Amino acid sequence: MTGLDLTVIWAAIIAFAIIAYVVMDGFDLGIGMLFPRIPVGKQRDTAMNSIAPIWDGNETWLVLGGGGLMAAFPLAYAVILPALYAPLTAMLLGLILRGVAFEYRWRDERHRETWDRAFFAGSFVATFAQGVTLGALLQGISISGRSYSGGWWEWLSPFSMLTGIGLCTGYVLLGSCWLIMKTEGPLQDKAYGYARSATISLLLAIAAVSAATPFLEEKYHERWLEYPNIIATAPVPVATLIIAFLLFRSLIKRLEIAPFLYALGLFGLCIIGLGISIWPDIIPGRITIWEAASPPSSQLFMLVGAAILVPVILAYTAYAYWVFRGKVENEGYH
Amino acid sequence: MIENEFAILLARIQFAFTVSFHFLFPAFSIGLASYLAVLEGLWLKTGKGVYANLYRYWLKIFAIVFAMGVVSGIVMSYQFGTNWSVFSDRAGPVIGPLMAYEVLTAFFLEAGFLGVMLFGINKVGKKLHFAATLAVAIGTFISAFWILSVNSWMQTPVGYEITANGQFVPGESWLTIIFNPSFPYRLIHTLMAAYLTTAFAVGAVGAWHLLKDKANPGARKMFSMAMWMAAIVAPLQIFAGDMHGLNTLEHQPAKVMAMEGHYESHPEGAPLILFGIPNSKEKRVDYAIEIPKASSLILKHDLDAPLDGLDTIPDEDEPPVAIVFWSFRIMVGLGFAMMGIGIWSLFARWRKSLYDWPWLHRIAIIMGPSGFIAVLAGWVTTEVGRQPYTIYGLLRTADSASPLDAPAVAASLIAFVIVYFFVFGAGVWYLLQLMKKPPQAREAMLDGTPIRSAGITPAPAVGKQRTDSKQAEQDT
Repeated sequence: MTGLDLTVIWAAIIAFAIIAYVVMDGFDLGIGMLFPRIPVGKQRDTAMNSIAPIWDGNETWLVLGGGGLMAAFPLAYAVILPALYAPLTAMLLGLILRGVAFEYRWRDERHRETWDRAFFAGSFVATFAQGVTLGALLQGISISGRSYSGGWWEWLSPFSMLTGIGLCTGYVLLGSCWLIMKTEGPLQDKAYGYARSATISLLLAIAAVSAATPFLEEKYHERWLEYPNIIATAPVPVATLIIAFLLFRSLIKRLEIAPFLYALGLFGLCIIGLGISIWPDIIPGRITIWEAASPPSSQLFMLVGAAILVPVILAYTAYAYWVFRGKVENEGYH
Repeated sequence: MIENEFAILLARIQFAFTVSFHFLFPAFSIGLASYLAVLEGLWLKTGKGVYANLYRYWLKIFAIVFAMGVVSGIVMSYQFGTNWSVFSDRAGPVIGPLMAYEVLTAFFLEAGFLGVMLFGINKVGKKLHFAATLAVAIGTFISAFWILSVNSWMQTPVGYEITANGQFVPGESWLTIIFNPSFPYRLIHTLMAAYLTTAFAVGAVGAWHLLKDKANPGARKMFSMAMWMAAIVAPLQIFAGDMHGLNTLEHQPAKVMAMEGHYESHPEGAPLILFGIPNSKEKRVDYAIEIPKASSLILKHDLDAPLDGLDTIPDEDEPPVAIVFWSFRIMVGLGFAMMGIGIWSLFARWRKSLYDWPWLHRIAIIMGPSGFIAVLAGWVTTEVGRQPYTIYGLLRTADSASPLDAPAVAASLIAFVIVYFFVFGAGVWYLLQLMKKPPQAREAMLDGTPIRSAGITPAPAVGKQRTDSKQAEQDT
């Protein structure tokens, strides 16, 4: 029975890592996607400085998600990654461009424009690819034996394109709300505008994805739309509407911190919805978390470390955020 | 089947390409992080401005190196799954937890404190800032610890059981797995390699500026520190490498046979082949220049000790000899050249001409990239030498790959090559630009660093402000 419990705990830890990643790197990538709309000069520098000290830590959650998946659910790692070969490769290349742009743009005034474009392109490609990955997972992966058996374009579908776009709107919303929180003046004014448009786009995307999902798999349909499950699941869309309303109101009232929290709330609900759809599968409709689990000795060994270290990591991550708290100062000698 | 083999070959090229590119950066940043910690520590202890200036000088370089290491490293953590899924499924329960520990104990530590180290200089006190630098430096160590444990387990697997579905699962003790037989040797050899790589890069930069201005205090200090490292660590590294080789002989004899070019067994003492051209068709080394029985002396400490050759290994289990033979010689040759520079620098110090011996400086500049080349050559030796296996003796490389079509891997390989050359080419160019500038008496912080006291020069970087005159006095 220990094995079963450990597996559920590990599923929760990996879900936590993915959520932490989406929340934290989401606003970094969102700012990257907003970059072309932010005027060159002081405003861009400020936007960049608002995330420069923390993006690296944020991105590390993605490595924990990948590494943790390999360790706790090697079969899932071994099936999902080849199945999503093209989008994941695109994501990695996007993250490379985005990551080095942080440093390079300061090193090379003549080509700052180029690295700003790389920052945008990298952020966009990485986000879109992550959204596509999600959609491709939800729509199902071909498996035979212990490996992926589809071709290298199986991930490509209208649904995965839709989730790709949806995630872009979501990250842009997080990015705009982050800027509202961390900046002031004209950049903040702009950020309010971006956040309003992004909220509307995101709601449309959520609606479209929610409408399409139940028709991908029998199980999703059963969980969301059939009696009596619908009674249990209906609060999720209702709460989504309420939070969207609160978010919109906070933007109109020009609150500074609330929009970011509401945006996180929207993401939280989407993730809960996702959980309702796929639980207890790790590869939706194909492989459960127990089938993919590594042996209890592996999971237990890691759990000891994770139980001690994750709180420590959260503590010093909080410290790093605390050091750079408040509005980004407008510095510099540029 | 032929198409499948081609896809595997492409996947191998892609892994070799991405991991080689990646490792150049940690090889530099492990050493540089420690160097920065030493500089900041010395500055806190002595208050001498030259250390603060050198800290700021190398911090700018470190920021770029570290960023390149991070982004190229993320690729590695996913590539196990995208391209080597069978390996990941089989070995995941054993090596996965070690890699997860690397993320939990090292990556977060480095990333969490890097921001403070790079940008927090005016936001936290001196001591906290030093703590952040130390945290980053320690993080690079811990990272090396785990990932080398993983690599070593793949070379010398112990402490596992194999289940019915072919998975390797942990046996009784995790300590057996972590401290597998080749791990201590590989860890020490790799860490010292990182130190030497950094020492020679720093030394070359110092030498370059000494040639232009032998009075520059920053250039003098960095050159001197680098040459101490070369003089002390290079001989230790050669000793550690020898121990590592003996360990390899015990656990992976075929690799040593390839390194030595021993196609045949030598029952009465094996010669040390210094140079020659391995001829894999005829299974002999052409034009060999050899010292009789010296190989037996080195490997067995006995002139007449018998040594087996590749004739005792079935052909399908042999590593490619020529690559291993050459890469090993490049590594060893550079190692001895490094020791030579170290000894030369001691002589120059004794002659009191460390800072004005142009030939020493010129050669030190040429040796600037030697650490990087040696590190790559060493990895090529050990990784090609353990072929045809990913888990030595147990899982073949050909059986480890993902079920991918060749065009998919070809497309990704082309994309990686283009992006890497573009991105890391630019990065290396920026590094060289930074290195070209001489260390200043009032070295600036990173561009983009938030500065509290806007308007003034960025000089009073670490901690509290000092007056210009006092600063100038301390800088000399």
